[in-house]
Order: sequence, then structure tokens, then C-alpha cells
Amino acid sequence: MEIKVLKPILGANDQRAEENRGLLEKNKIVAINFTASPGAGKTSLLMATIKALREEFRIGVVEGDVSSAIDAETVSKEGIPVVQINTGGACHLDATMLSNALANLPVDDLDVLLIENVGNLICPASFALGEHRKVLVASVPEGHDKPHKYPVMFSESDAVVLNKIDLQPYVDFDRDKFYSAVNGLREGAIIFPVSCKTGEGIDRWVSWLSEQIRSEQRA
Amino acid sequence: MHELAVTEEILNLVVSEAEKSNATKVKHVKLVIGEMTGIVNESVSFYFNEISKSTIAEGAVLSFRRIPAAGRCRDCGHEFEVKDFVWACPQCGSLNIDIKAGKELYLESIEVI
Repeated sequence: MEIKVLKPILGANDQRAEENRGLLEKNKIVAINFTASPGAGKTSLLMATIKALREEFRIGVVEGDVSSAIDAETVSKEGIPVVQINTGGACHLDATMLSNALANLPVDDLDVLLIENVGNLICPASFALGEHRKVLVASVPEGHDKPHKYPVMFSESDAVVLNKIDLQPYVDFDRDKFYSAVNGLREGAIIFPVSCKTGEGIDRWVSWLSEQIRSEQRA
Repeated sequence: MHELAVTEEILNLVVSEAEKSNATKVKHVKLVIGEMTGIVNESVSFYFNEISKSTIAEGAVLSFRRIPAAGRCRDCGHEFEVKDFVWACPQCGSLNIDIKAGKELYLESIEVI
């Protein structure tokens, strides 16, 4: 006997992501999911963002890595509540992992949750977490052709932070080609060229992010 | 790349749908997978054979319907199949492309006894 099913394979994850979203909204927390390839500078961007926003918002962090607690220790030194998720080989965070992390965070005392996904531009695109915004961190040395190699991730990101612009003189990175590829895949995507090393461009990025947070808080 | 996690979800869904209809064995599983998900058929089959052992889906045959990546040009409206990850309109050359297909990932049907 054949049974027609026609159900999404990751439907259970989507359901758990909805539950996370409900919990976040009940506690008035705005969650941002940061994706990138390994080494693009997610943790550096997180640290710069925390520094700029910690006066205005109460921030919590979820660090996703295949193994180690190096990133969580970096954040923890700043006195920010952080939960490290070691996926134990899995190449992405999923909604259940985030739900477990939320259970270990002081959700009553947070305005913003910064989620650092596992460094990978393929798998995280398939697993919703319940976040309010997706931000992709790319970097100049990776090359301008990344959007066309990872179109799904780029097409689903609300903003793209282009890090390491201080290295532009040393690499063949065509910024115009990168911008047209990003805007081609995601109409209206906003791109923030920054250098976490020199601090260039960070102001514009954090002012956009704080505006997004305030608009979600009002919603 | 993320086939194990996806295959676990496939198995959960297959077993729960089979149990709903009081089946004793799953013979066949039909999956629909878009080219842009990065999922490799052989990898899913390999994991499925391992993790379905001692479930009612043990020994089930998996078949895959692949959906090619497709785009729609926002400038001229042309719809086309995307080949070799070239995200440009073959008609007008524009890079302003909406992804229309290729992200599918669902269980179409199961055959049970």
C-alpha cells in the first residue's frame, strides 16, 4: 500500500524553531543568527558588536562550534552570558540545540541574543532556529565569487557584513562584482563593509543592527 | 554534507507515518530533493540503511526525485534552469535572479505492508 505523505523532511525542526520564536517573543528577546564560512570573522564581529551595543541592550550569546569552548571563553571574559553548543560533528545548529541553549540562559534579563552558527555556508541554510534576522559574514580574502557558490545562504540573509576590508590592497577582490552578486540573489540586501581589526565601518553596521532590534521590540 | 541529520529526520517521519497506518513494514520511501540543498543521494541511503536497523523501516528501498535549480530574472521575467551555479539570466544577462526551485526537501510517499 502506498501512502502519500508530502511533508517537509525538516518539518519537525521548523516546528521547534516556531516554539523558540514564541519563547523569545514572550521574553521580548530579538535573536540574530550569524552565519559565515570558517575564519570570516564571526567572533571578532560579535565582540565588536557587543562592545558597541552593551550600554543600550542586555546581550546574550550562543556559540555554535563542532568542538571546543574557545569562542565562548572569549565572550565570557566580557561578562556576557554565553552558552557554548558543541555539535559533536554536526555542521550546523538546529532548533533543538537552540532550545537547549535558551534553557541555560537568563532569558528574563536579555534584550538581544546573538547566535554564532557553525562556520559553514551550506547546511545552516536548511535549519531554521527561530531567529528574527539572518546576517551573513563574508570576508575579502574569501573572494568575490562566494555569493554564486552559496546562493541559498546569501538569498536568505537580511544583511551581509563584508569583513577584512583592510586586506583589500593585498588580494584580488572585486567589490563591484561582490555587490552585484549579493543584490542579485537578495533584492534589497544591505552590505556593510567593515574591518573588525581597524574598526572601519563598524559604526554603520551597529547602527543598522540597533535599529533592527528596536523595530522588533516595537512590533 | 549534513546528510546524517537530514536522514535522522527522514527516518523519524517515515516511521511515524507508517505507524499511523498500522503498517508492519516499510518497503519503499520516495523522497524529493532540490539540487541546491547539497544533499547527496548515496549518502542518505548509506545512513538510512544503518540507522533504520531494528525499526519497521529496516531494508526499505529509497528512491530520489531530484529537482533542478531554477531561477527567474527580476528584470526580464525569463525563467530558466540554473546550470553549474551560473546565476545570470541567459536571455538578458542580468544578475538579479530569484531562486524559484532547487530548495525542495520533502517526503513524497511511502509504500508499506
